[in-house]
Amino acid sequence: MSNRLVLFAPLLVFTVFAPVLWLALERDPQELPSAREGQLFPDFSLSQLVDASKTLQAEDLRGEVTLVNVWATWCYACTLEHPMLNELATEGIKIVGLNYKDDRAAAIQWLERRGDPYAFTIFDEHGSLGLDLGVYGAPETYLLDAKGMVQYRRVGVLDERVWRDDFASRYTELVLAEENG
Amino acid sequence: MGRRFINRIRQAAAFASLCIFWTLLPAILVSAQSDLVELSDERLRPRYEQLTQEIRCPKCQNQNLAESNSPISVDLKLQIRRLLEEQKSNQQIKDYLTERYSEFILYRPAVNSRTWLLWAAPVIFMSIALLALWVVQRKKAPILGANNLSSPPQKLDDEEVARLERLLKGSDELQL
Repeated sequence: MSNRLVLFAPLLVFTVFAPVLWLALERDPQELPSAREGQLFPDFSLSQLVDASKTLQAEDLRGEVTLVNVWATWCYACTLEHPMLNELATEGIKIVGLNYKDDRAAAIQWLERRGDPYAFTIFDEHGSLGLDLGVYGAPETYLLDAKGMVQYRRVGVLDERVWRDDFASRYTELVLAEENG
Repeated sequence: MGRRFINRIRQAAAFASLCIFWTLLPAILVSAQSDLVELSDERLRPRYEQLTQEIRCPKCQNQNLAESNSPISVDLKLQIRRLLEEQKSNQQIKDYLTERYSEFILYRPAVNSRTWLLWAAPVIFMSIALLALWVVQRKKAPILGANNLSSPPQKLDDEEVARLERLLKGSDELQL
């Protein structure tokens, strides 16, 4: 009798593993956890993209809830999310660009052609700030609170769905928290 | 006949060497790659090689830094070189990288609340396998051995011995 029960062992193993594998299917293995979430945006001293004589620092990102968008002219996916960024900018959301390992002239031209949604753009020619942030591919978007703390990081295209599902509520929460306190 | 045999051997040898070449190719390429990096002090090279083997490329996650040529890996390798030349310890270098890219990029992460399952998995699975083996063996034991292992097998009496011999000789006593 008990020998017969052993025949059900494979079924048992399957029922244990199936949900685990099912959940694993949903996970994106390309997505790294951000080490910077919950930390201050790292310090830097880099020039502004359009006006090279201006030096920007981490303090320039404080005072307002801000999106920091990592982009480059060599990044195809960045062209896809650009219209969405333009739209967010017209809605009054402060977006700061981080031009990552790029050519200054090409980047300026890129913004002239596609519109410039950025309050200003940090020019990170050698990717040093990118490295300090833990950037591993453009585009990436960071949500900073008014104190310059990284609250959320998203790797990949920021389209309407991503904004609605992952950013909108976080953003409004931070803005409200800022207004109330 | 002899010629055909030699040709066969030649073909086999050619095939074998081709196989060996393709299996070793990645290793050759990897060693060629890390040789490209110039270190100010050659004594740092073993550590450089060890670190680039143990740190994972964040963009192409099934490769380590030594194997990967993606821009981010090149950057990280330059950082490792810089930190080595600044006389940082292996631990300091790993801390520097995990501070930025999280523990994810270590192929040998430290044991903590997030990684204990990863570390324990081999032991857990091995125990399950051994347990299963033990259960199966225990069940099989009575069938494999005599009727009951706890009591010694009983000796045959004279009559049974005689019958057994007759049976083994193939006599016609088939209907027992």
